[in-house]
Amino acid sequence: MIPLPSAPSASPADADAVLTVRRLSKVYASGHKALDDVSLEIRRGEIFALLGPNGAGKTTLISIVCGLVNPTSGEVRVGGHDIAADYRAARSLIGLVPQELTTDAFETVWNAVSFTRGLFGKRRNPAYIEKLLRDLALWNKKDARIMTLSGGMKRRLLIAKALSHEPKVLFLDEPSAGVDVELRRDMWRMVRQLRRDGVTIILTTHYLEEAEEMADRVGVIDKGRLVVIEEKAKLMRRLGQKQLSIVVAAPLRALPAGLAPLGVTLSEDGRTLSLTYASGADAPQAGPTIAALLARLAQEGVAVSDVSTRESSLEDIFVNLVGGAA
Amino acid sequence: MNLVGVGAIYRFEMMRTFRTLAQSVVSPVLSTALYFVVFGSAIGGHMPKIDGVTYGAFIVPGLMMLTLLTQSIANASFAIYFPRFTGTIYEVLSAPISPLEIIAGYVGAAATKTVVLGLIILATAALFVPLEVRHPVWMLAFLVLMAITFSLFGFIIGIWADNFEKLQVIPLLVVAPLTFLGGTFYSIDMLPDAWRIVTLFNPVVYLVSGFRWSFFGTSDVGIAVSVGMTLAFLAAGLVIVAWMFRTGYRLKN
Repeated sequence: MIPLPSAPSASPADADAVLTVRRLSKVYASGHKALDDVSLEIRRGEIFALLGPNGAGKTTLISIVCGLVNPTSGEVRVGGHDIAADYRAARSLIGLVPQELTTDAFETVWNAVSFTRGLFGKRRNPAYIEKLLRDLALWNKKDARIMTLSGGMKRRLLIAKALSHEPKVLFLDEPSAGVDVELRRDMWRMVRQLRRDGVTIILTTHYLEEAEEMADRVGVIDKGRLVVIEEKAKLMRRLGQKQLSIVVAAPLRALPAGLAPLGVTLSEDGRTLSLTYASGADAPQAGPTIAALLARLAQEGVAVSDVSTRESSLEDIFVNLVGGAA
Repeated sequence: MNLVGVGAIYRFEMMRTFRTLAQSVVSPVLSTALYFVVFGSAIGGHMPKIDGVTYGAFIVPGLMMLTLLTQSIANASFAIYFPRFTGTIYEVLSAPISPLEIIAGYVGAAATKTVVLGLIILATAALFVPLEVRHPVWMLAFLVLMAITFSLFGFIIGIWADNFEKLQVIPLLVVAPLTFLGGTFYSIDMLPDAWRIVTLFNPVVYLVSGFRWSFFGTSDVGIAVSVGMTLAFLAAGLVIVAWMFRTGYRLKN
């Protein structure tokens, strides 16, 4: 278990911040505290992944920013506009793709997307809607009723609706839920293109590969508190680990003497010796330890049949951060 | 002001009506026509005139009011309850549109449908009974005002209801009985004194009476009282819905 880093504090206002959350808390009528004094800033044009186990508060946070849930206390600004006092300006910047496939089953694709654009106060723009539907491979379904679409198509429709008013900030709440591999890859491509177009992307996901693949920065929320917020690469360097595995030719009955103090462990079947060490640039050098391990094996006459190393993924780091609650 | 947003909700709701034309228009017109056949032509032929008006013509304003009240509530309550039920309400709540604009879109569409329906029923009635409208401007004013007021009431029910049964409870168990007992088919002057006094506690009496006055120039209660009651209903609805949006009642929690 990696020791938990200290909870991030509210950083000074960043002029480039497109979303600022300060000391945000939410207690539901049931008494459940969904968010506890959360502060964070999202920079313009970045892809930010908000990670956390079920019930951690991710959707509540998004819902407050988008105006779907009233906060108990705290302040939220989008593009510098307060979400309560200046809600029109704040909301017009936001597009939301919800977690659930919530659609009006009897409506056509074209009407549904046009409706959302209108709700956000934008005049009709058939050329833009056509481009959007073509980009999302929905053009040939524009006159189809939503109830006839597949799950993947409905997910793309929700994305089209969220983009219909040309937002500057796009929230993707679990975008990969129920989506096949091909569509997931297409979505990742689309998200990167949106970022190139200047849209800030904030996504929540259970699918850690998604965050690892796309995010510039990562925030981890657990039990309503933001436990870490950091550049993804930096986080992986700081909290990442490497595991050296040595497979021996003949099973060992016990760990050879002198290896236990190095942190080496032996698998139950006696075939694999493992050494786990910090992999970050700031971590102590593991070279001498590995050299000592190999020298000791040679002294004992242990024949080695294979050697491999494995670097921890963002998922491993996440599981360590939230104590395996995910 | 987000007028484009108001228009989007309004158009969306009107398109829903056209998709369900049989349920939205044909069905209420048919049932009202049946009332005219049974009460107006068949039974009404054996009834004496009331305030100099044939019974068939006398019930026209009451029947219009019955349809107006029930359809306004049904249209507006379903319009807001259904997106809550399916979850698509998130779009409206996250859009840069004020509560008043949301109400204008939903209630405006529901009231439009009801006014059109009322006028169709009026035209249908004219086929069965000889009809005159003595104060057409007042008749239209009452029609529009009551369509808006009860659509607003329906909107409130649509937010309050958390299942389909509750959506029906108020219209079926409260509004329909009050309308039937509010002088739809009779003048309250025909009741014994004690029941007449009890009936005066029924708010629908004032609405039917005012509407009937616009047709025939006679009423059970003063026209000023009828207008005042209608405006009081509207004001009460606005206060309740303002509270709902301010607190996020069943919308934002």
